[in-house]
Amino acid sequence: MGDIISIVGPTGCGKTTLINDIELFATKNTPSERTILINDEPVPEDFTFDPSKHPIALISQHTNFLSDLPVGDFLRIHAKVRGADNVDTIIEETLDFANQLTGESINRLTGMTELSGGQTRSLLIADAVIIGNSPIILLDEIENAGIHRTKALELLKKYDKIFVFVTHDSRIALLSDFRIIMKNGSMEKMIITGPEERRAAMELKKIDDVMLEFRRLIRAGEEITDEIFNSQIKNLAYSN
Amino acid sequence: MKLIIFAGPPTCGKTTVIRQVIKRILTKNLKPSFIKIDVLFADEDETIAKDFGIPTRKIYSGELCPDHCNVVVLDEAVEWAEKQGSDFLFVETAGLCLRCSPYVENSLGIVVLESTSGMNLPRKIGPMLTLADIAVITKIDLISQAEREVFRYRVLEAAKEITVVESNALYGIGIDPIVRKIIDSKEVELPMFLRGNPPVGTCTICVGKKEIGAKNHFGVLRTMDQDLFYVGE
Repeated sequence: MGDIISIVGPTGCGKTTLINDIELFATKNTPSERTILINDEPVPEDFTFDPSKHPIALISQHTNFLSDLPVGDFLRIHAKVRGADNVDTIIEETLDFANQLTGESINRLTGMTELSGGQTRSLLIADAVIIGNSPIILLDEIENAGIHRTKALELLKKYDKIFVFVTHDSRIALLSDFRIIMKNGSMEKMIITGPEERRAAMELKKIDDVMLEFRRLIRAGEEITDEIFNSQIKNLAYSN
Repeated sequence: MKLIIFAGPPTCGKTTVIRQVIKRILTKNLKPSFIKIDVLFADEDETIAKDFGIPTRKIYSGELCPDHCNVVVLDEAVEWAEKQGSDFLFVETAGLCLRCSPYVENSLGIVVLESTSGMNLPRKIGPMLTLADIAVITKIDLISQAEREVFRYRVLEAAKEITVVESNALYGIGIDPIVRKIIDSKEVELPMFLRGNPPVGTCTICVGKKEIGAKNHFGVLRTMDQDLFYVGE
């Protein structure tokens, strides 16, 4: 069974610091002086020395690659480092996953540095899930990445992993199994998503889908007439 | 005394790594000293002396190639550090031409590489990487984890036996394993010998001949179409 966890809180409250500490297995050696334990135990040293044994993948807010390599070559090396047998199938699967998250599709020959922010994020998520096959994946503000986030949540739920989202997105927060509320750099509170919140999440999904539809129409060069507006708003079929 | 030589392209984070190492060495009540070899400008000796109160020196190579300068002054540098009563001498050099490497036998050679320099850097820098004992990869917070793994692979592809340490030296992350290797390294022995083979020939350009064209130079030369040949005694 996988878990989806959100970390929420105002800007500057220490959300990114927390996931960076988790990824680095901080032992009082980061600015927060936090210590990270796994099941109450100190973390084995080879987790930190050998990146291929590292159980955590962090998808940070950086949306640029710096590698001067084509996507296919990069994924091939990464799959090799991670000891994959069927490198070609795994590259195919990774690109397929990434292309479901992004509007502009990525191919093997595209240079890593030519990818847009959304493409980069999509590829990083796909790489962490499929090539890295990391049991724990930390995602920092996925909603800002120009990727299809509902689709991402749907796809990610199929894999038995722990996903930790740093998020300002109410839907991602409410679709999580639980959320951690940060305040002044520390974990203040934890809320387990109950049935009422799950219902609220379903309602918010409708609003979100309508917003996404407006975005799609505007991007496609459509004019938002009264007719279109009313029909979209009717989709919400709002009743309290 | 132990001799630790740090090399790496300009602005890769050598000094930041060294400062974190010195900080940790001092907490163990060990005595380090520091020498910076640079071409035109360096102030690391002053800032390190001020911040840590340890003996420091700088040596400008000036007209000499910095690797060449390193070779001709390192014995005096080791004598100087021993006179200071140091347990460790840290030498930071600006290796520039990528044909030499500054490491000597019975020392610890540490190359510092910036993770943002591109995947081909490990293939470009030759003996500065392949003859080092440790490769410290800096600024890891600036690239994705996947890229870190691929960069590390490229480093190991060029230098199979090297120990790779990933570091965000600004915050002192990844420094402890380097300190352990430094403490466990061998005592320096005199006379010292360079680890690698220096590049062929004496460089007439290094000694100041500015004329362009093989006919104006001697030593080991080549032309566009002709392989290496030798002119001289």
